[in-house]
Amino acid sequence: MTKVADVKREPAPTQEAVAGGLLRQRFQQILTFGSLIALMAFFSLANPNFLTWSNVSGILLSTAVIGILALGTTFVIITGGIDLSIGTGMTLASVMTAVLLVNLSVPLAIAVLGGIAFGGLMGFVNGFNVAVLRIPPFIATLAMMLIAQGLALVLSGKAPIYFTGTPAFGAISRGFLVPGLRLPNAVLILFLLTAVAAVILGKTILGRYTFAIGSNEEATNLSGINVRRWKIAIYTLAGAFTGIAGVVLAARLNSAQPALGLGYELQAIAAVVIGGTSLQGGKGSVIGSIVGALIMGVLVNGLRIMSIPQEWQTVVVGVVILVAVYTDILRRGKEG
Amino acid sequence: MTDQLLSVDGVSKSFPGVKALKDVHVDLYPGEVHAVVGENGAGKSTLMKIVAGIYQPDAGTIRLDGEPVEVPGPLAAQHLGISIIHQELMLMPHLTVAENIYIGREKRRGPFIDDKDLNRRARKLFDRLGISLDPRTKVSTLVVAEQQVAEIAKALSFNARVLIMDEPTAALTESETEALFGMIRDLKEQGTGILYISHRMEELRGISDRITVLRDGEYIGTVQTAETDLRQVISMMVGREIKGETRPDVEAVERPAALKVTGLSTRHLLDDVSFELKQGEILGFAGLMGAGRTEVARAICGADPSTAGEIEVHGRPATIRTPADAARLGIGYLSEDRKRYGLMLDLDVNLNILISSLTDYTNVVGMVRDEAGREASRKYVGSMKIKTPSIRQRAKNLSGGNQQKIVIAKWLAKDCDILIFDEPTRGIDVGAKEEIYALLESLAQQGKAIMMISSELPEVLRMSHRIVVMSEGRVTGILDNAEADQETIMDYATRAKVHGGIEV
Repeated sequence: MTKVADVKREPAPTQEAVAGGLLRQRFQQILTFGSLIALMAFFSLANPNFLTWSNVSGILLSTAVIGILALGTTFVIITGGIDLSIGTGMTLASVMTAVLLVNLSVPLAIAVLGGIAFGGLMGFVNGFNVAVLRIPPFIATLAMMLIAQGLALVLSGKAPIYFTGTPAFGAISRGFLVPGLRLPNAVLILFLLTAVAAVILGKTILGRYTFAIGSNEEATNLSGINVRRWKIAIYTLAGAFTGIAGVVLAARLNSAQPALGLGYELQAIAAVVIGGTSLQGGKGSVIGSIVGALIMGVLVNGLRIMSIPQEWQTVVVGVVILVAVYTDILRRGKEG
Repeated sequence: MTDQLLSVDGVSKSFPGVKALKDVHVDLYPGEVHAVVGENGAGKSTLMKIVAGIYQPDAGTIRLDGEPVEVPGPLAAQHLGISIIHQELMLMPHLTVAENIYIGREKRRGPFIDDKDLNRRARKLFDRLGISLDPRTKVSTLVVAEQQVAEIAKALSFNARVLIMDEPTAALTESETEALFGMIRDLKEQGTGILYISHRMEELRGISDRITVLRDGEYIGTVQTAETDLRQVISMMVGREIKGETRPDVEAVERPAALKVTGLSTRHLLDDVSFELKQGEILGFAGLMGAGRTEVARAICGADPSTAGEIEVHGRPATIRTPADAARLGIGYLSEDRKRYGLMLDLDVNLNILISSLTDYTNVVGMVRDEAGREASRKYVGSMKIKTPSIRQRAKNLSGGNQQKIVIAKWLAKDCDILIFDEPTRGIDVGAKEEIYALLESLAQQGKAIMMISSELPEVLRMSHRIVVMSEGRVTGILDNAEADQETIMDYATRAKVHGGIEV
């Protein structure tokens, strides 16, 4: 291969130095996961009803939608972007599914795929606006948030659409696919999608480019990567997750609620941030985001069981976000 | 000599996985300029940051006037009379000079700042230091050298007796450097002791009294500047003798062209740029700042749009609109600003090497074959002698020379046979420069076509087979190495309109 001039011998890397680096990389995840366990331990000591199967599966069910949104938006946030349209986008996707299924009476599978694809289309438009038109992600997705909110009301005629004529649809979230395992399908979908997202982010070329773009977009572009195309792909993927969340939510409520959805995007972003993904980009994990979503779900549930009023639950979640992000800053400060 | 002003004894400092300093000594007398030199990563900046209270040492003592002192933070350092001027200037551009100097120490009248007092104090300080700046000027309107002066004035406004300067001349022109040295000499007369970090060896002879050399975090030795040959200092830095400089043989001329550029123009600068780059050739690009050399590189690799011109790659016409097009044709661009345009600093060495060729390590469904990829990047780390504890190390923890090697490895992994180097040795220390030169030469011998932009004429003359000289967006001359010398190149580099034309 290449010949180079004689240089000083480098000392062989010590095993512990390498292991230390790995440990530090995992530290945030361990910390987040540890916080979740600690929270659960605390609540189960505070109230014996907390650690019952029905309560835990209830937490999982209530976390499913935010969790799925958080999965998709993790990709966008790692690129250094943000997606504010996932809340109302989810609503629009569920209204779209209802229009297809109820108003147009298309087969169930096609209506579901249609809803997901519509979510993907919104993501594509976001990606196009961000990558090609160079509109800052905050603005581009804020606009999409408003557009989706309005369109959901227009398409639904400002009233909820109920799936009373198609009972099979509700089973998507509320059914029990695995007999004997008392976990609703929405939770299984969350688990499945978590695995899928983790593989995409950790093992595929799209995942690598997501990190590369977030770490240094210009260097990635000059390395011969078509950054525009990949950014569109990443926003489209996030949109597809939004679409799935829309279907799962509609199935759980057995209706498409056009007025719901605003605020979900902030909860999902909060989950991602608690999970250790940096809003500066270049750093983050799917597992972290899910654990972040679970922490929020456990908090709200546990505080409710302890009869803390809802307004105070919101305050606590806010404080938790500050603590989580500050811990991350402390950790990075130590790294030097 | 008088009593020691500052003495740093047996200082050690570790960062996770790195021993940055091992038992290092340095001392400083009043009115002395003590230069601290060493390759990148030798520990100079870490040492300075310890003296300035930014880092805490793991071991060792700092004495001021013979008394041991603790420097728990930058504020404590200021109270002790130790000020540091960082490599990057840290001024607020929209404030005035006086506001910058006294920020946080303004005199107030009720809720309002007493601007008159601020400017009066600044004027007094400037008079004492012999500075001719107007304290009311906005910093953004100052040239870099003036900003440097403002920064120095700020440092001295704390009544600093120990002043630390970290590469103060990196951004200065020759005349600005002279002005700075004049000021340093004044400070010496007033008894200020100065610790001075620099990469520019030739500078040290003019300004320093003593030179301390660090290497790999260890103290190598201290010499009196006046009694020492600078080549000896360099060999202390790198731990071996530097080879003499040689010009390459002129022999690559009759090879086929790898890249042919005809009539390349851009909207703002480039005008009808044409040249041929042959296989196995190092084609130097010389010219003054703003001559358009980087713009040529960026236009060729699709980073910036061009308005006219044709590009042939290996004899075939090529359309290059994006860096992705260029990479597909085997053209790799290595920017002078590696941190901004070349590397993903927070990601590991592995991905930085593989980023351009990642599709080669991916299966049909887009899954990355990690083991194959890691094997490839380990191979490059080994063959190019990239100094890193592992390929999982983050790119930002490597020295400038090793970062440059990563960028080279990236393009070699992509199988690029046309490499465009923009200032390949900028910010790289002396020893690592030699390695980069050797690497460039061996790449050329393997048949790679290399375009090398450099502002250092000795580098251009030493490395290039032929030299393209540019001025004001045009090619003013293409010289064989045999006919080129510094004077000829400067002659072509300062030629304005070659085609005559009317001055507008």
